Amino acid sequence: MAGYLARRAGSMILVLLGVSVLVFLIMQLVPGDPVRTMLGPTATAESIAAVRADLGLDQPLVQQYVSYLGGLLQGDLNTSLTMAQPVAEIVFPKLGNTIILAAGALVICLVIGVPLGVLAATRQYSLFDRGAMFLSLAGASVPVYWAALVVISIFALKLGWLPTSGMYDVREPGGLGDLLRHLVLPAATAAVVPTAVIARLTRSVMVEALQQDHIRMLRANGVPERQIVWKHALRNALPPIVNIVGLQVGYLLGGVIFIEVVFSWPGLGGQLYTSITSNDMPIIQAGVLFIALVFVVVNLIADIVVALLDPRTREAVG
Amino acid sequence: MTSTTLGQKVVSPVAAGDTVAAQIKSRSRPALMWRALRRDKAAVVSIGILVFLTLVAVFAPLLAPYDPLDGDASQRLEGIGTPGHLLGLDGQGRDILSRLIYGGRYSLTVAVLPVLAAAPIALLIGMFAGYFGGRTGNAVMRVLDVLFAFPVVLLAIAIAAVLGPGLANVMLAIGITMVPYMARVVYTATVQESAKEYVEAARAAGATQAQILRQQLMPNVMSPLVVYGTSLCGLMIVLAAGLSFLGVGVTPPAPDWGVMTSDGRSVLLEGYGHVATIPGLVILVAALAFNLIGDGIRDALDPHKQTS
Repeated sequence: MAGYLARRAGSMILVLLGVSVLVFLIMQLVPGDPVRTMLGPTATAESIAAVRADLGLDQPLVQQYVSYLGGLLQGDLNTSLTMAQPVAEIVFPKLGNTIILAAGALVICLVIGVPLGVLAATRQYSLFDRGAMFLSLAGASVPVYWAALVVISIFALKLGWLPTSGMYDVREPGGLGDLLRHLVLPAATAAVVPTAVIARLTRSVMVEALQQDHIRMLRANGVPERQIVWKHALRNALPPIVNIVGLQVGYLLGGVIFIEVVFSWPGLGGQLYTSITSNDMPIIQAGVLFIALVFVVVNLIADIVVALLDPRTREAVG
Repeated sequence: MTSTTLGQKVVSPVAAGDTVAAQIKSRSRPALMWRALRRDKAAVVSIGILVFLTLVAVFAPLLAPYDPLDGDASQRLEGIGTPGHLLGLDGQGRDILSRLIYGGRYSLTVAVLPVLAAAPIALLIGMFAGYFGGRTGNAVMRVLDVLFAFPVVLLAIAIAAVLGPGLANVMLAIGITMVPYMARVVYTATVQESAKEYVEAARAAGATQAQILRQQLMPNVMSPLVVYGTSLCGLMIVLAAGLSFLGVGVTPPAPDWGVMTSDGRSVLLEGYGHVATIPGLVILVAALAFNLIGDGIRDALDPHKQTS
C-alpha cells in the first residue's frame, strides 16, 4: 500500500509539472502582447520595454518558466493585469467559493445518483428501470447553461422561492441559512449531468454485482434482499462508482463556469470568464492551474479509496 | 460435381460461391450492426431526428420563413404562437424559428466536424502507443495524462479563449480537446486486441507491422471508437453551444443555438423565457439523439446482446 501510494503521488507530481508547463506555454501562444494590452495604446516603446524587463519577459523561455515555477512554489502567482492586485489574493477566496458550490453539487449527485442506479438495477428492465435510465440519458444531455436559465425562471422568477443570483443576500448578508438558500439552485443545476452519469454507471455495475455467485449463495441462505443489495452487492460495485465520482468532480469543476456565470456566483469559474473577456492572462493561468490541481488531488483520493475498498490492497497496509 | 446424377437439384459451385459471398457480405460488421440497431426503437427515432435536423439545416434558405439576421423591432419579444411567427421573436425582433433552422448549420457542424477530424489523429496516436508500447508508447500516454488533468470543459474554454472566437477556432478548440480522450479509447482497445491469437497468427504468417496494424487491428479498434465518437458528438453539441454561450465560440449575430440561448439570457429576467428556452431544448434533443444512437451502437456491437 505504501509503495502504491508513493507511486501514485510520484506520478501525480509529474502530471502537475506537465500541467504547469502547459499552462505556461498557453500564455506564450496568446496572440498579442500582454504588456501592450496592460499599458494601453498610448504606451511608448521605452515604457513597454521597461515593463517587459520588469516582468522578466525579455528572458529566454526556459528561464521564464523556471522563475514562473519558482514563484508558483512560493505562492507567488504574479499580478493581475486588470486589477493591479496579486493574483493569489484574487484566486484563493474564489477557489474556496467554487469548492463550496462543487461540494454542494457533489452531495446532491451522491444522494440521488447512487440510490437511483441501485434501485434501477434491482428492478432491471422494469418500467422504473427504463424510465430512470431514459431520464438519466436525457439528464446527461442537458446543456447546463440552459438548465440554469430554466430553473431561474421557474424557481426564482415565477415561484419566487429562491434567489436568482449571488452567494449571500446583498442587504443582509451572512449566516449559513443565507448561503444555503443561495446554494440550492446553482448546486442542483450543476448536479444534473453528473447525477445522471453516476446513476447510469451505478446501475450497470450493480446489475453485474447482483449476478455474482456469492450473491446467489446469500439469497439461497435466506439473507434479506435489502441487505444483499445495499450491503453485499453495493460493496462490490463501489470501486468503479468511486472512480466515476472522482471523474465527475472534474466535470463539476469545469461545468461550474457556466453555473457561476449564470448565477453570478463569486467563484473561480466566473472569475475565469471575466478574465478571459478582459484577456487577464495571469489570472487565467492561475485559475486553470488550480482547477487542474484540485481535480488531480480528488482523483488521487478516489484511487486511494478504491485501493482501501479492495481487501487485497487493504490487507497489505496493516 | 456439377452433374445431376441422382435427379437432385444441384447448385453449381459458382452460384453457390455467390450465395456464400452474399451471405458473408450481409454479415459484415456494418451490416450486422445495422440489423441490430434497427431493432432499437429509440436509436431509429434518434437517427430520424438527426437526419431531419440535418436536412432542415441544409435546406434552410428554402424552409426558413424569415431572414435569420433581420429583425422587426416593433414585434420584439412577442411570444410563442404570434401570428406569422410560430416560435415567437427574440430581443431584436428576429424570428426564432428561422434562426433555429439556420442555427443547425453552425451548431451541428461545430459538434460533428471536430469529432470526425480528431478520430484519425486519435487512431494514429492510440494505435501507435498501444501496439508498439515500450518507452515511446508510454511517453505518449504520459503526455496525454497531463491533458486529462484538465476538466474537458475548462480545457476547451481555455483553448477557445487563447485562439479567439470564431467558427474555425471553436472547432479547433474542440478537436484538440477531444484527441486525448479518443486516443485513450483506441489505446486501450489496441492493447487488448494486440494480445489476441489472431494477431499472433498474422505475425506468424509473415504479415508486416503495417499489415497487422491496418488489416488486423484497425477494424477491431474502430468499433469502440465509433461508439465513443457518436456519444462524444452529443457531448460536443452541448459544449460547442456552451462556448458560444460564453462568447468564446461562434460570434453573434450568427444564429448558433448557443448564441441564441445566450441572447435569451439577457431578456429572461424581464420575464421572456421563450427566447432562451427554445434553442436550449433543441440542443438537448440533438444531444440526446446522439447519445441514444451511441447507446444503440454499443448494444448492437455487444455480442452478449446480439440475438442473431
